Amino acid sequence: MSDNQLEQFRAETKQWLEANCPESMRRPIQEEDDVCWGGRNFKFQSDDQKAWLDRMAERGWTTPTWPKEYGGGGLSREEAKVLKEEMKNIGARPPLTSFGISMLGPALLKFGTHEQKQEHIPKIVRGEIRWCQGYSEPNAGSDLASLGTKAEDKGDHFLINGQKIWTSYADKADWIFCLVRTGPKEPKHTGISFILFDMESKGVSTKPIKLISGYSPFCETFFDDVEVPKANLLGELNKGWTIAKYLLTHERAMIGDMGLPAPLTPMARECVGVDSNNQLQDKALRADLAAHEIDGLAFALTMERAGDEAKAGASLGAFSSMLKYYGTELNKSRHELILKLKGSDALEWEGQASQNGKIAKQWLRTKANSIEGGTSEVMLNIVSKRILELPDA
Amino acid sequence: MALVLTEEQTLLKDSASGFFAERSPISSLRDLRDSYDSQGYKSDLWQEMAEMGFTSLLLSEDEGGTGFGFVGAGIVAEEMAKTLAPSPFIASSIVATSLLKATKNAHLSDVASGQKIATLAVDETGHHSPYTPKTTSDSDGKVSGNKTFVPEGKAADFVIVTADRPGGFALYLVEKDATGFSAEQTIMADSRGWAKLSFDNTPATLLASGDAAKAILANALSKANIILSAELLGLSQAAFDMTVNYLKERKQFGQIIGTFQSLQHRAAHMFSEIETTRSIVLAALQAADSKDVDDQRLAIMASAAKARASKMAELVSNEAIQMHGGIGMTDEYDIGFFIKRARAVQNLYGGYHYHLDRFASLNGY
Repeated sequence: MSDNQLEQFRAETKQWLEANCPESMRRPIQEEDDVCWGGRNFKFQSDDQKAWLDRMAERGWTTPTWPKEYGGGGLSREEAKVLKEEMKNIGARPPLTSFGISMLGPALLKFGTHEQKQEHIPKIVRGEIRWCQGYSEPNAGSDLASLGTKAEDKGDHFLINGQKIWTSYADKADWIFCLVRTGPKEPKHTGISFILFDMESKGVSTKPIKLISGYSPFCETFFDDVEVPKANLLGELNKGWTIAKYLLTHERAMIGDMGLPAPLTPMARECVGVDSNNQLQDKALRADLAAHEIDGLAFALTMERAGDEAKAGASLGAFSSMLKYYGTELNKSRHELILKLKGSDALEWEGQASQNGKIAKQWLRTKANSIEGGTSEVMLNIVSKRILELPDA
Repeated sequence: MALVLTEEQTLLKDSASGFFAERSPISSLRDLRDSYDSQGYKSDLWQEMAEMGFTSLLLSEDEGGTGFGFVGAGIVAEEMAKTLAPSPFIASSIVATSLLKATKNAHLSDVASGQKIATLAVDETGHHSPYTPKTTSDSDGKVSGNKTFVPEGKAADFVIVTADRPGGFALYLVEKDATGFSAEQTIMADSRGWAKLSFDNTPATLLASGDAAKAILANALSKANIILSAELLGLSQAAFDMTVNYLKERKQFGQIIGTFQSLQHRAAHMFSEIETTRSIVLAALQAADSKDVDDQRLAIMASAAKARASKMAELVSNEAIQMHGGIGMTDEYDIGFFIKRARAVQNLYGGYHYHLDRFASLNGY
């Protein structure tokens, strides 16, 4: 695409966004309620939130680079970057956030049949179906491939029995993409299949888990004689591990991508105070803050570089494990720093002054970042084996 | 601008990499050290670097240079650092060239061609404090005072020197045979061409004075620190690669030590520190070439890159020795040269804390 065409696209996009993005959708996301997850049972926060989703979905711009054939935007990477920049310019919120977009979609597009794509992709694009991910089990955490939820071949369907855990938002999801054991006699990595099914199927139940943050984003999910049509298998039987790994690469890139977070400077100046040289009163804390902001800048630039290298044809591969490791550890240290900047006020758990302990609860929420989607230790294992090629014991 | 090298830049990287590996392996630095060479580099290597166009990277083709700019200079600095090749590249082709270019000095072409060596004399104590020199000058331009930690100070044909002049700060140019000037070699841990300089009523040419001089120096030091960050990146990458290779060879307890998870995780963590530093260094190099980046933004990127690269280099150079075990402590093994050079580069034009402080101030806290 020529620069001229791209500039024309930018002008048109700017105009369209100006006309179609409601004013109230141009404010930063503050609360969980501000996020539009979509799905059968989603309660829109406002008419504006719904209108913004519908308008963007109609153009396929909830998933800008996905093929038009399945309802996506059909944009090139350059055009998608322009769209992102123009949205950022007016402060537009993402119209839709979902695991369908960030995780399942790319795997469906790569491994799905035409029929499967036709059935599922448009509903993801329009935010009609909310997906959850059935990976971890009580005895299969970091050692995910030892999972035991079984799917038995019953002729025209699979019969699924077992339990998943840490299923994000399972209680709010409409469908699940799930790893199940179909080859109990195969070596552990080769007996796993990747299957999709409706959470309203008979025999599926969920139970939220209350966390140290007080939030319950995760659930236990139980399958008791759940019947799933064979057509719902994604990819080949017993080849689910390949899809699982492909999808994890996307998940890790997403979890690691905290973007370039807002500078902590205004909070620091307000909470710590400044001296006559316009410097923070607490010099030791000032140095810690500067070091953290520099690390944040280096990481944001690394995300950008990884994106640019991918555009130039390089494959991200195990590098995404490094990004996941670094990004999540960085986010944890950011929240520790916020605690230091705010002092004891940060620990208020209830009451209006603290917005019911927002700072404290967000701080504790970040502790899961380096566990979910593969622990920091597993990420370091992957980097040392796949990138540094250090030998196995 | 995309954070990837262009095709031309990749070619430059490959040619620089091959050049330094062949023409200046680490044994070359060892020879210079063992022979107490007072110049600190080999003239024939410098001659070849000039022929390769490495001395004129910062000059456009119209100005008689190769037009690779700071990204190109960063690439050369990184590759040069992998074999610790000693040369006046940074002192003369980067720092002095930037200053001579900014002050439109007639010596620029001789310095850019590599025929003459120039350097900046800015530090007076072990701590970098560039805008408050104790060195003085009278209104006739006679300079008096002492400078320390001057790279290639013994070899330089010209020295750009900071001084306190009646009415404010000033930058001067001193020729090496000027009266009252003397340069004394300082043998330092990294075995490079450092010197202490003294000026006693030394006649000098005024390059710039007042706030203009401070601005010119600040801009040149920002750029210098960005190139030094690239050098730290290169030497850390080389030390890291040597270390990872060693982990794959060394056996203890009947197995390759690289199979131990405690070492694997530390190596993987170092990888993440190197790669995140690589991104900020490339972004800073691009900023130095960009016409849209103002001095304040450039200074922020420079301090961020230098602080980051310094912290990373400290980690990697220490781990490199630790993971080599006893052999890492021996002079015979090359790994020790990396930690010595790393600390010198970290200190030059401000260390980790200097740049943290500067980064914070520039960002309004």
